[in-house]
Amino acid sequence: MKAESSPVLNIGIFAVFVVITLVVVFRVSRGPKTATDFFTAGRAFTGRQNGIAIAGDYLSAAAFLGITGAIAVYGYDGFLYSIGFLVAWLVALLLVAELLRNTGRFTMADVLSFRMEQGPVRTAAAISTLAVTFFYLLAQMNGAGGLVALLLGVTGEVGQAVVVSVVGVLMIVYVLVGGMKGTTWVQIIKAVMLIAGALVMCAWVLARYDFDFSALLGRAADRGGDAMLAPGKQYGATSLSRVDFLSLGLTLVLGTAGLPHVLMRFYTVPSAREARRSVLWAIGLIGGFLLMTTVLGYGAAALVGADRITSAPGKANSAVPLLALELGGPVLLGLIAAVAFATILAVVAGLTITASASFAHDVYLNVVKKNSPAAVASQVKVARWAAVLIGLVSIAGGIATNGQNVAFLVALAFAVAASANLPTILFSLFWKRFTTAGALWSIYGGLGTTLVLIVFSPVVSGATTSILPAADFSWFPLSNPGLVSIPLSFLLGYLGTVLSTEPADHAKYVEMEVRALTGAGAERATGEPA
Amino acid sequence: MDDAVTTTTTAADWGAVHSRPDFAELRRAQRRFAFPVAALFLAWYLLYVLLADFAHGFMATKLFGNVTTGLVLGLLQFVSTFAIAGLYSRYANNTLDPLAERIRSRTELDRP
Repeated sequence: MKAESSPVLNIGIFAVFVVITLVVVFRVSRGPKTATDFFTAGRAFTGRQNGIAIAGDYLSAAAFLGITGAIAVYGYDGFLYSIGFLVAWLVALLLVAELLRNTGRFTMADVLSFRMEQGPVRTAAAISTLAVTFFYLLAQMNGAGGLVALLLGVTGEVGQAVVVSVVGVLMIVYVLVGGMKGTTWVQIIKAVMLIAGALVMCAWVLARYDFDFSALLGRAADRGGDAMLAPGKQYGATSLSRVDFLSLGLTLVLGTAGLPHVLMRFYTVPSAREARRSVLWAIGLIGGFLLMTTVLGYGAAALVGADRITSAPGKANSAVPLLALELGGPVLLGLIAAVAFATILAVVAGLTITASASFAHDVYLNVVKKNSPAAVASQVKVARWAAVLIGLVSIAGGIATNGQNVAFLVALAFAVAASANLPTILFSLFWKRFTTAGALWSIYGGLGTTLVLIVFSPVVSGATTSILPAADFSWFPLSNPGLVSIPLSFLLGYLGTVLSTEPADHAKYVEMEVRALTGAGAERATGEPA
Repeated sequence: MDDAVTTTTTAADWGAVHSRPDFAELRRAQRRFAFPVAALFLAWYLLYVLLADFAHGFMATKLFGNVTTGLVLGLLQFVSTFAIAGLYSRYANNTLDPLAERIRSRTELDRP
């Protein structure tokens, strides 16, 4: 592929994206910034803008390259990911988005600690937020290294380290200069590019088969076997792998509504009604995009073939670039490569602002400084420093793990979100008796179980595909811990509550419920009268 | 300063709203839709995952052309997701929003 692709063209198109986003970020970010401006863009985005930004935040390179590649190689089993990825948004729409928007201000911990003891619950929620965002961030930065090898032909370690550093520095600049407003615009621009790119390729693939989807499937099945059209090729091998898939399915559908960077986006709109519109737009765009990746995946299987994809550098991830090259030559490949890079940049910027907000607002302001007025004024400064630090750590992490397969980190982030965050969010919003002890048991229990089970799973040791293939200390058979950790976390939240000696704070519960459902007292957009 | 908490709403004010009949109605209306529909789509999703996981023969049946049962059921998951999102949007706009609006306008909570 390297012989036919043009690294200069690819880098050139990507550079245009970087210049455009930097201009936009600098232009939208003039003037001084309060915490509301920095963390929530003054809550002034419309539901539609925020919905597009959510799609930009959620559709990572893993979704674009990974799901398409999985369909191209494994057929139907890749399609299964898409469905969990989309259906999960109904959890956010029906149970979380609006109530969270009305009760919190900047972070997930605002809601979790609302009627609990501030110190311990905020600390726990911040630890879980930082864990999820860090795993996700590391996966993206590591992916950036792999992507340059694939798209630009940069295979040297130094060259890849330079690219990872450039991605990290750009992400820091977006967050420092633009805050949430700049980051959101980067995500909007990227989402439009990504969806437009997928749309063009999708139409192109279908046109090759006279817009007959069945003929496309037939060609994919001719090359890859009838197993392409039905489940089982990847997960059907043993009864253990089937249980593992069930675990993954549960994690995907319950993880999304517990991802802190997704939750934080609901604070960027002026009302619960706009938060609802955000999710509706997100569902439409994400659903449409995932349907297109299905066409692209089968298109790559039909036009490129699984054998050529798996023997290319980057394996399944090279399905989209190879398909682009097949359809439109080096120019289309250059455009798609730029889109893939833009995708990584927008996602890491969103993660960084979420982690820095949690550090500054939860850990620094509310736990360390006990909400003192002086600290209120300096939380944005702390958040900026935190963003720089997080950026540098993730650059180092991306370089250190370069060449290793850390794709499991995305699944791990979802597993922690589904186990440590979602049960606590639901109990907090809907269960009157839920107490501080219940929240702590559920967050630490969910987080701890997930991490322990991953460490002692075949992901880390005991199999040829493990991180440490030579060692074997695994005793947990599943690669996805969700099937155990999610129910356990719900159970721990329940037990912690019924066994705690302190009753729930009834007055706070009453206040939270009235705020959540009516929107009374909720923060408006900056400058808008109450 | 946007960070200062300037509300004078007291616990008694929140309690007064909480015990209003129209607030109880709003809470009931929200839960009446969200809980059963959430249970329904999660059950339908789990059924689909279990079929994909354990009923390979059934999912591999070709219904028309090269389109299998599995693909049709998968696409139906997309359709049901879009449909539920649309129904909830209409329900919230027509039922929940006016109730919340009325409670806010008849109480003093919004004013700092």
